[in-house]
Amino acid sequence: MHTRRSLFVAALGALLLSAPALAQDKSIVVASTTSTQDSGLFEYLLPIFKQKTGITVKVIAQGTGQALDTGRRGDADVVFVHAKSAELKFLSEGQGVKRYPVMYNDFVLIGPKSDPAHVKGMTDVAKAFQTIKDKKASFISRGDRSGTNIAELKLWKDAGIDIDKDKGPWYKAIGQGMGAALNTAQASGAYVLSDRGTWIHFKNKGDLEILVEGDKRMFNQYGVMLVNPAKHPNVKKDLGQQFIDWLISPEGQKVIANYKINGQQLFYPDATDPSA
Amino acid sequence: MPGDTSAFGLLLAGDPALLAIVRLSLAVSLSATALAAVIGIPLGAAVALTRFRGREGMIVFLNAMMGVPPVVIGLTVFLLLSRSGPLGSFGLLFTPQAMIVAQTIMVTPIIAALTRQTVEDLWAEYRDELTAMNVGPLRKIATLVWDARFSLVTTLLAGFGRAASEVGSIIIVGGNIEGFTRTMTTAIALETSKGDLSLAIGLGIVLIGIVVIINALAWVVRRAGEAYAG
Repeated sequence: MHTRRSLFVAALGALLLSAPALAQDKSIVVASTTSTQDSGLFEYLLPIFKQKTGITVKVIAQGTGQALDTGRRGDADVVFVHAKSAELKFLSEGQGVKRYPVMYNDFVLIGPKSDPAHVKGMTDVAKAFQTIKDKKASFISRGDRSGTNIAELKLWKDAGIDIDKDKGPWYKAIGQGMGAALNTAQASGAYVLSDRGTWIHFKNKGDLEILVEGDKRMFNQYGVMLVNPAKHPNVKKDLGQQFIDWLISPEGQKVIANYKINGQQLFYPDATDPSA
Repeated sequence: MPGDTSAFGLLLAGDPALLAIVRLSLAVSLSATALAAVIGIPLGAAVALTRFRGREGMIVFLNAMMGVPPVVIGLTVFLLLSRSGPLGSFGLLFTPQAMIVAQTIMVTPIIAALTRQTVEDLWAEYRDELTAMNVGPLRKIATLVWDARFSLVTTLLAGFGRAASEVGSIIIVGGNIEGFTRTMTTAIALETSKGDLSLAIGLGIVLIGIVVIINALAWVVRRAGEAYAG
């Protein structure tokens, strides 16, 4: 019994002691999106940032909506997401200090090579969505309030479709991340909207391919914000701002542009574009 | 990632990132099982050996808690530890400590419920003897737990197995942060979401292998202990 009790005391002690020790560590928590993680960008970028500043960035990869909620609860120092409307709402609530555009990539409409709805090569994404709906071809929706989900819902609207009303068994909202949605589409021969970065990095493509791309409406802008320290005093303001400043600096922007898979650039820096 | 990127290749090559993931998985699940044992074994034995109002309800409660979905425990702990939750000032959310807390809550009922059953069965054997010796309740609990120690190894393994295999609670309270709160199971979830199914299944097989090794070690310890104790 003695050994067990001392084990308990040791474990409890370790639990309590290590908490403040970790808090002093030079690190920040960044709530970000599955697309930045699943595309491999952070794996490439964060070690470079750490080497430069000594700051460890701990990334929680969630959907944009969930990531912003993590910021709202004060559980993250920085949010790095991609849904401008949701980001502006976050700012207007006083949850964020300032929004900085960082980079963009674009969404692509993915589907099986057999392309049952015959949308391949369309340049008007709204028309492609309209066709998928008319043909009742299987479509996988993230259904998780992520940036990609928000973009998808907007495209249905652009196509003149009220998806809440018009959806049928062909439209499946799975409530999961980008990778899971691609896995589901691959397994069921369905269409799915993906960000290009995750798609390029995705390894289980099977017979899926890009069918529609290049429409301006498929533009995917990423922004970064410091969670408001006035609202959440525990926010590591200086370290968080240091991360943001580096991301939008010429050096950080260059690192983003340099991230390539098989020679393909995944993200395009645009911190200098005030309208982004 | 250059070279052999299969999970086995990485493990064999002593890939530091993968080893860190394995280490963290073991540290979290073993700590949680140890804490749960410290709470659950005395609790289970006490419920087995004492008579109090609401005891039946307590037994049903412990048994039912064995089946609570990890994701519900994760969400509850998340809300408690969030900066805007009641325990937010400790700053424990998204740390390994938070994962230990969640798994301890998950494993304690398993250990308590199984201990209660084991000790109650043993009590049927020892009742006359211990009653004749007129020992106090604490002494009684200690004696029976000590005598049941080899059976309790299996109880601990059941608890550890549940902790090591779950992903629902730790991915919520830990956040699956690379190099900090990423475990075997959350890494499997992540690799699946990246579509790297072969790495995911490889990690899964490595996890199974580690669990088998730990069970084998526990078995050896138990057999050696039994032989020693006669």
